[in-house]
Amino acid sequence: MLESYIRKQRENKKILLMTHIVLGYPDFETSLELARTMVAAGVDLMELQIPFSEPIADGPVILKANQEALKAGARLAQCQQVAQEITANLDIPFLYMSYYNILFKYGVDRFAEDAAAHGIKGMIVPDAPPEEAPEYVTALRERNLSPIQLFTPKTTDERMSYLAGNASGFIYCVARKGVTGQNTAFSSELDGYLDRCRQATDLPLALGFGVKDKDDIDFLRGKVDIAVLGSSAIRVLEDKGVEAVGDYISSLR
Amino acid sequence: MAKTGYYGEYGGAFLPEILIPTFKELEQEFARIKSDPGFWKEYVHTMSTYSCRPTPLTYAENLTKHFAGAQIYIKREDLNHTGAHKANNVIAQGLLVKKMGKRRVIAETGAGQHGVATATMAAKYGFECTIYMGEVDVLRQRPNVFWMEQLGAKVVAVKDGSRTLKDAMNAAFRDWAANMDSTHYVLGTASGPHPFPEMVSYFQSIIGQEAREQILKYAGKLPARVFACVGGGSNAMGLFGGFMDDPVELVGVEAGGKGLESGLHAARLASDQATVGVAQGYKTYFLQDDDGQMRETHSVSAGLDYVGVSPILAHLSETGRVRFAAATDTEVVEALKLCMRKEGLIPALESAHAFVQAFKEASELSRDECIIINQSGRGDKDIFTVADAIGDPQWEKFICNKAEEYKNA
Ligand SMILES: Cc1ncc(COP(=O)(O)O)c(C=O)c1O
Repeated sequence: MLESYIRKQRENKKILLMTHIVLGYPDFETSLELARTMVAAGVDLMELQIPFSEPIADGPVILKANQEALKAGARLAQCQQVAQEITANLDIPFLYMSYYNILFKYGVDRFAEDAAAHGIKGMIVPDAPPEEAPEYVTALRERNLSPIQLFTPKTTDERMSYLAGNASGFIYCVARKGVTGQNTAFSSELDGYLDRCRQATDLPLALGFGVKDKDDIDFLRGKVDIAVLGSSAIRVLEDKGVEAVGDYISSLR
Repeated sequence: MAKTGYYGEYGGAFLPEILIPTFKELEQEFARIKSDPGFWKEYVHTMSTYSCRPTPLTYAENLTKHFAGAQIYIKREDLNHTGAHKANNVIAQGLLVKKMGKRRVIAETGAGQHGVATATMAAKYGFECTIYMGEVDVLRQRPNVFWMEQLGAKVVAVKDGSRTLKDAMNAAFRDWAANMDSTHYVLGTASGPHPFPEMVSYFQSIIGQEAREQILKYAGKLPARVFACVGGGSNAMGLFGGFMDDPVELVGVEAGGKGLESGLHAARLASDQATVGVAQGYKTYFLQDDDGQMRETHSVSAGLDYVGVSPILAHLSETGRVRFAAATDTEVVEALKLCMRKEGLIPALESAHAFVQAFKEASELSRDECIIINQSGRGDKDIFTVADAIGDPQWEKFICNKAEEYKNA
């Protein structure tokens, strides 16, 4: 299970790293290579984003990656196939990240069934709040997959408890208002928010949105269990290629 | 019990977590003004002094003779300030923003009508204003971009996706997710996450309330059918709202574009090519592929080529309360020409879709029956598109000369 894996990893590491790749961007071969490189560089968990034409929670970098992947002809079936190949060959937990329509169109139950069969451990679906999509939470839990819920600085204490009750694995704490891919000022202001997150749940906490360099990771060490790298790794990929992503990730610890 | 914000199985609020408190706040504020008769009074008063309300209901005598069937009446939303029904929704949301104490508004726009209306409202109430518009629409609706900027708004050309209305809407949601404390998103149609479909329909219902009263006064009876074009669905919900409980047939007309068989259209409820999905924060019929990716849409009128449709209309279509049809680009230009020649009225290309279907059906009805067409907006904004469609050589010459002048200046 995801939660026990995280706790086990934490025995030896002060902070875990989770990265994010967009399947099919710029092509599926690169996705495979990226996953391999990231795991070799010591990444502990990874999100595999299935591209969607309307990724409203994502900022410019990931938005563009979604659209380029689709323009290059990425289809769901290929994403699932490549995800299966990734999970079969690499020994860390992988999560799907996507938007609800991808699951809804395919059939939420069938999607969860396939994901479990393909070795996926959980999902992050930012536009599927539990009160609107309870069947999503149920479908995942029935298959021992973790429905990852998101906390944000605007989430009330009461709602944090509600979300935690619909989560397993870990909680994804969004660092700030806005969408992915902008800088976050990592300062003491985060502390109060993270305290609230900690109060609301016993699950491990991940923090993402704007994490980009060693300073950020150093800041987060001891405060959360997992730091999430999204847009920043894609930027390195675009500027310097796959190998540089490995160096970049190694440089963070 | 039905879940709030749902119409049958359509609707909901499928939102990223960061926006949930903002929507809760909006829902509460809307509930408050809805139960406050003072708000509606203030709204009607503002519209009657700042815009042209009540808008007239015009008897189209010549068109009636031409089709020799039902008496044709036209509800003149084109006479609103800024030239379309969009003003109704925008002024009402402006009053709401004042009550909420926010100082910045953002909006998405396709044809530019909603953008111009929002920029106007922002100027009037002293709000800062940013308008998101797909790059394709910026190119084909330049005059409206010009006006928005003159009114003090910042217009952002959205280069994502299909670079049309849906992408402008996504961009507005992204802005809101970062700036919700100071900013209200003035969504322009009866679509999107709850409470927007209900709220926008409520504000636009002023159209139908007036139309019902007017037709009873002029014709002495209810219309047999009423016709409205359907982009996101706001002008249609507005007109239909006045007749929902009457024995009146409600007809919504979508963009048939280059024909339903061509795939280049925006007929979500009038074709069998749309399927149920969840995008842009709500569940409705979308034109999408088997994987759930949104397809590109097409219409001669930028205001109708939206990929989703009001969840309320999706439900009313399913229950059979509203009938849907589609009008092609070619039919639309023909209807526009006829309307100009016969009545001296210039409907927007969007509105002309409603005219197409009404013209097809007028002669089926007897002379003692009447129908209402919603002229949701005026057509002068479409001068470039219409001139192209008509192929007027004098106009082309004028544009070429003007371009030469700019080049030489
Ligand atoms: C004149 C006019 N009519 C109709 C529409 C379609 O929108 P709705 O379906 O929300 O009325 C637009 C949209 O821009 C418009 O400008």
